[in-house]
Amino acid sequence: MNFDITALVPELFFFCVVLALMIQSLGNKEWKPPVERWLPFGACAAFFVTITGFHLHGSMFWDVYKVDLMSQFFKIAITFGFYVTVLNASRQPTLDEGKRADYYMLLGFSTLGLMLLASSVELITIYLALELASYSMYAVIPLRAKSKGAAEAGVKYIMFGAVATALALYGLSYIMASQHTTYIAELMNKSWSFADQPMAVVGLSLFLAGMFFKLALFPFHFWCPDVYQGASNETAAFVATMPKMGAIVVLCRLAVLLKPGLEITTILAVLGALSMTFGNLSALAQTDIKRLLGFSSVAHAGYIMVGLVSGTPEGLGAAAFYGLAYLVMNLLVFWVVCRISTDGRNLQLSDLNGLYKKAPVLAFSLAAGAFALVGLPPTMGFMGKFFLITSAWDHGYNWLVITLVVNSAIAIYYYLGLFRHAFTEETAPGKVAAPDNGWFASAGAGMLAAAVLLIGMVPAPLFNFAINAGKTLYGITVHLGGGGH
Amino acid sequence: MLDFGYPVLTILIAFPLIAACGLFFLRAPQVVRYYTMAVSLIECLLAVPLLGFKLNAEFQFVEQIDWVHQWGLQYYLGIDGISILMVLLTIAVLPLCVMCSWTYIGKREKEFHFCLLFMTSAVLGVFCALDLVLFYVFWEAMLIPMYLLIAVWGGDDRRYASLKFFLYTLAGSTLLLAAIVAFRVTGGTFSIPELMDMNFSFRFQFWAFLAMALAFAIKVPMFPFHTWLPAAHVQAPSAGSVILAAVLLKMGTYGFLRFCLPLTPAASEYFAPMMIAISIVSILYGGAIALGQTDIKKLVAYSSVGHMGFVTLGIFLFNQRGVEGALFQMLNHGIVTGALFMMIGAVYERSHSRDIKDNMGLGKYLPAFMFFWGMMALASFGFPGTNGFVGEILVFVGAFQKSTIIGMFCVPGALLAAAYMFRVSLKMAWGKPSKAAKWRDLNAREWIYLSIPAVFVFWIGLAPAPFFNIIDPSVDKLLNDFDKRKVASVESEQPMQTAAQDVLDVLAGKK
Repeated sequence: MNFDITALVPELFFFCVVLALMIQSLGNKEWKPPVERWLPFGACAAFFVTITGFHLHGSMFWDVYKVDLMSQFFKIAITFGFYVTVLNASRQPTLDEGKRADYYMLLGFSTLGLMLLASSVELITIYLALELASYSMYAVIPLRAKSKGAAEAGVKYIMFGAVATALALYGLSYIMASQHTTYIAELMNKSWSFADQPMAVVGLSLFLAGMFFKLALFPFHFWCPDVYQGASNETAAFVATMPKMGAIVVLCRLAVLLKPGLEITTILAVLGALSMTFGNLSALAQTDIKRLLGFSSVAHAGYIMVGLVSGTPEGLGAAAFYGLAYLVMNLLVFWVVCRISTDGRNLQLSDLNGLYKKAPVLAFSLAAGAFALVGLPPTMGFMGKFFLITSAWDHGYNWLVITLVVNSAIAIYYYLGLFRHAFTEETAPGKVAAPDNGWFASAGAGMLAAAVLLIGMVPAPLFNFAINAGKTLYGITVHLGGGGH
Repeated sequence: MLDFGYPVLTILIAFPLIAACGLFFLRAPQVVRYYTMAVSLIECLLAVPLLGFKLNAEFQFVEQIDWVHQWGLQYYLGIDGISILMVLLTIAVLPLCVMCSWTYIGKREKEFHFCLLFMTSAVLGVFCALDLVLFYVFWEAMLIPMYLLIAVWGGDDRRYASLKFFLYTLAGSTLLLAAIVAFRVTGGTFSIPELMDMNFSFRFQFWAFLAMALAFAIKVPMFPFHTWLPAAHVQAPSAGSVILAAVLLKMGTYGFLRFCLPLTPAASEYFAPMMIAISIVSILYGGAIALGQTDIKKLVAYSSVGHMGFVTLGIFLFNQRGVEGALFQMLNHGIVTGALFMMIGAVYERSHSRDIKDNMGLGKYLPAFMFFWGMMALASFGFPGTNGFVGEILVFVGAFQKSTIIGMFCVPGALLAAAYMFRVSLKMAWGKPSKAAKWRDLNAREWIYLSIPAVFVFWIGLAPAPFFNIIDPSVDKLLNDFDKRKVASVESEQPMQTAAQDVLDVLAGKK
């Protein structure tokens, strides 16, 4: 066992932040300073600590925990997501005053679980980290004051989650029984064709199902629109983005086992295609913005499959990059949604009418987010999609790439709806609460929008990072700083 | 290689966009107009270095910078004889658009002019890009401002029209993206000049051509993908229609010239009969439908379908005259139809109606207007001495060179064009005036923005030699390469399997 504590600095720092939250949540609620005063700084510091640790590497705890480029890429994404979520939730109108510290503590524990998930390279560790990430979510979702919908969403999430983790655990036992190891590095050298190892393939499929639940991939997505709709806007922003990061990093690690042409790879591809098509078609009919985003996230889960089934480091890099793009785009859209819904109500499409006049910065940012989600250049979403299809073309699943392309065309309609309502419709006077047009709202939206556009125009540095991360998963040595130039 | 020591093309592309951001600091609508006018004139000045264009077939003013190294993406710009005229046309159209919307646009002026400038940047990027992905980025970026131009400042039915425009063009271009990726995977690069030197298998070309041609055909628009165009044209504000007619439609035909012919020569040859047939249908159909219109703007919109049919016909004739004619028609259609739309805007500002019957009797009360209208109408159907004649006659010559039958089929198209243009012009000039007596004739601003196209109508019509000098070397090279490579690709290939089997193979990634 080689234990190098410096490689764990980001996690330890984040753990300290969560610990502080825990102490505060245990203490008297009168205790000053209020959590919103210091937490954004703590979260921001955690984000920067994680960035400075991007080059860390090491393997510890009997090799079940591996700090490598892939894990650091996702940890940066996850801490960034947490930072934005904390800022976003700091003005949450539907949360009881006394529950604030608990709320952030639960989000923090979930995030910590996701960070651990990013580094787990052994199935049981993955399972444990996944549970840590999930349990807090079960408690957070119903935390919306006096809302039946929130309770329903919470129950749905718990029930589906319990079934999914049960399936994953069951699958895990099959893998252990047939392949006699739970280390991904060793599983890589085993056969994963159904003819040789039927039990292992079934086991892996079930284990993946647990991840698909988190990712909201068809047919494990049924919780998604209801939970988005039921949870408060701020919580939905977290649920919509962060657990998916965890699922994507695990899927990236497991995708190393998949070779194009294997039965299980084909299953993944088929699920991806169904997910895109089903998600997009369902989203077409939605008028509640959160439900719309829920179904669209089902489609996005399908897009990510395209990179995973390609069987190349580039594919994994592209999937990781798209994961990050998904995170930023969604946080942006949810940021705008939360700022418009100042009284915490669920927004309908028509609530966006005339936004360009009431809050131009928010409207512009929403446009950037919506077009990024469609995959229009020059945004991060376009680059992500472009890398996905380039990495996957000619690796046996061209039909999947074509499905993605056709689906992008379908998706235009409903994303354009967001844009259309915000820019071309006029408001009916005096109907709804005015959007938050303050500097905080505008600055947050503007910065996220700038990130979406800038990374879309200059994706090379991040993409080099992602692709090198993909290479390390395949055991290809990467020289940091070279960046391929 | 930078010919002038500074990046002309980048500046041309970036300047309107950067200047557009300045609009957000302005308040008064009038100031916004003057500012945009100044920007568009500066843009024209910035284009002066392009006059140093050398009369050869090379890509010039080239700029090449790594963009995403891992994926081979480059920021790669350059222009040749095919694109320079389109670039100049785009730049020249901008001040005219600003002028013709001076009093036409009465709300959200800032955003309107922002969209105009943004669009100019994007369209210039399309004509300058030599990297497939860069091309695609600009190609898509232009959709958003155009959508807004129609959806915000358009007529009563603007929502339907703008949505149709957006969905049609974007749906088409998603397949273009698939083709771009396929080129990269097969050819190993996104660089257009490098891809032009490669020979792809016929089966690859077959599918790549279909994917690209769909995107371009929708943009042109060719029959039966044209239905978004009349809706968009009729609903769009004048400046929107002008840009749409003058430059956006050209992006489609430019795509055929830049991508289909050089990259997929064998498939272009294979599909040429179909493309020619569709072009002829577009010519005849566009003309016939235009003949029956009562709305002037719709009439001109349908005439665009016909005119663009001549362009695609010229391209797929694959002979010197045909392609030259196509390029001339691209330029001419931009000038003439742009001017016609500006005039429709001008008369609409007076009558608030686009119906022919509400805009009659202008010959007596608005003689200057009618003078320009008559000139543009003559140019539109190719009257000798005007620019339309030069383009059309070249396409005709090319068509008859290719085959007498093709030539015979397009003659009625020219007659139809004359018929509908005469019909509408006669009514507008000498029909019984309904309200025209109260209207004022052209003002100074309108004189200016109509005189500029008028100069070009006669310049190209009477002395087209300078334009020939610019485009000829590039057309020569295009056709020479085409002739060489279509043979090479076909000879290196086995005959095509059945199409169904092919679809399955491509989708399964076995090629």
